[in-house]
Amino acid sequence: MKRKFASMILFALLASLFVFPATAAAQPAQKNVILATTTSTQDSGLLDVLLPIFEKKTGYFVKTIAVGSGQAMAMGAKGEADVLLVHSPAAEKKFMADGNGVERRLVMHNDFIIVGPPSDPAKIKGMKKAAEAFKKIAATGSVFMSRGDNSGTHAKEKDIWKASGVKFEGEKWYQQTGLGMGQTLAVAAEKKAYTLADRGTYLALKKNLGLDILVEGDGILLNIYHVIEVNPKKWPKVNFAGAKAFADFMVSRESQDIIKTFGVEKYGSPLFFPDAGKKEEALGI
Amino acid sequence: MDIILEGIRQAFILLVTFDAEVLGITWFSLKVSGTATLISLFIGMSVGTVVALTQFPGRRFVVSLINTGMALPPVVVGLFVTIFLWRNGPLGFLEILYTPAAMILAQAVIATPIVMGISLAAMQQLPKKLRLQILALGATRLQMVRILIREARLPLLAAVMAGFGGVISEVGASIMVGGNIKGYTRVLTTATVMETSRGNFDIAIALGIILLLFAYLINLVLTTVQQRERPR
Repeated sequence: MKRKFASMILFALLASLFVFPATAAAQPAQKNVILATTTSTQDSGLLDVLLPIFEKKTGYFVKTIAVGSGQAMAMGAKGEADVLLVHSPAAEKKFMADGNGVERRLVMHNDFIIVGPPSDPAKIKGMKKAAEAFKKIAATGSVFMSRGDNSGTHAKEKDIWKASGVKFEGEKWYQQTGLGMGQTLAVAAEKKAYTLADRGTYLALKKNLGLDILVEGDGILLNIYHVIEVNPKKWPKVNFAGAKAFADFMVSRESQDIIKTFGVEKYGSPLFFPDAGKKEEALGI
Repeated sequence: MDIILEGIRQAFILLVTFDAEVLGITWFSLKVSGTATLISLFIGMSVGTVVALTQFPGRRFVVSLINTGMALPPVVVGLFVTIFLWRNGPLGFLEILYTPAAMILAQAVIATPIVMGISLAAMQQLPKKLRLQILALGATRLQMVRILIREARLPLLAAVMAGFGGVISEVGASIMVGGNIKGYTRVLTTATVMETSRGNFDIAIALGIILLLFAYLINLVLTTVQQRERPR
């Protein structure tokens, strides 16, 4: 009998270790800002640098939900996020036109690149036009790995296919991962396939991949990030003050300076270029 | 292969240097999954015991539901919990989406059917005559249940381990309802997913090893308790 009680007590002791959960949840609700953003801003580590500064300065607590741009905007359109940091311009314009956002401000850009195996079976290396390169990939039937997840990158990829005029959907050489950028790059590397990637994620993963940059510098490959506050008139529960504070911070001198130098130390070149205050057209689309 | 060795090396470094972030994440994982397991024990064992010891119409259907619940995919639980907890969802007033509380809730939903199903089986496999004997000796119903639970404690501890193992290792629900927020809702599994997509495979492996290590330690304690007596 005693033993059984001893074991029960031991279990109770073990259990009591866990009885104080979730004490961290004690912040006032309006201090929370839900930021729905793309995986690239989190996976590159940029937000890990910017958010602590913002939080310290303003006292807000940012809950970063890193998803594809498509899902981020879907969250915004349902009032389930306060502020968006996304890179899917056409979808963003529709988001604004539908009255889901308050203001859409340019934050930064980097660029997309077409990467593929060093053997380059479609011989696209050094081509100047992304659409021409896509045409060649299709013509040679080389495997192309698409994100297929409604992310900003996926949207850009479809734009380029459209510009190339090639039929790609349902083709045997056109495959979709449905995964994030990092995983899609890994799959492309493993299958010796071509894919479209944002430069930041590619640079961050380069060492393990064995994929080369084959096409870059075309205007269509520009990757532009905007910050958008979700419309509180449509969704009264949205924390607009917090969203605005965050958006203001992203375009402030201070964070723009950080963006300018972020990644230089680690990758030899910046991952993003600050653009606050500029016009989208000035970037050369 | 190199990358696995590098991962083991990283895990060792992170552990011996008491890396603050990794320790924080580990402790938080144990707290969330431990609390969820406790909740699931409370609900799972009581319902499992009641269903095991009583007869009622539709009992077989209820048992089949419980057993199906043991196979609940965490990501489906995560999806439903998220939708319920949305600001504009039915439980939005709680304002707990993307908090540890939401993670505990989702994990408890995952673990409860597991604990329930195993407790049910454990209580049901006790000899029927044992009940009669206990009652014949003049025990009240409550005393009888207590004795039966004590008799079934070996498989019941297995239920604890299965429930805990199910939630500490799941990632789908935790990432959806918790959001993998740094220093707030990041647990070992969601951190592993993130480091993998960042291409930091060595750190991802290290986190995986740490997760296994702690799961092992906890199960070691439970197993010691369970196996204290020699098999009859």
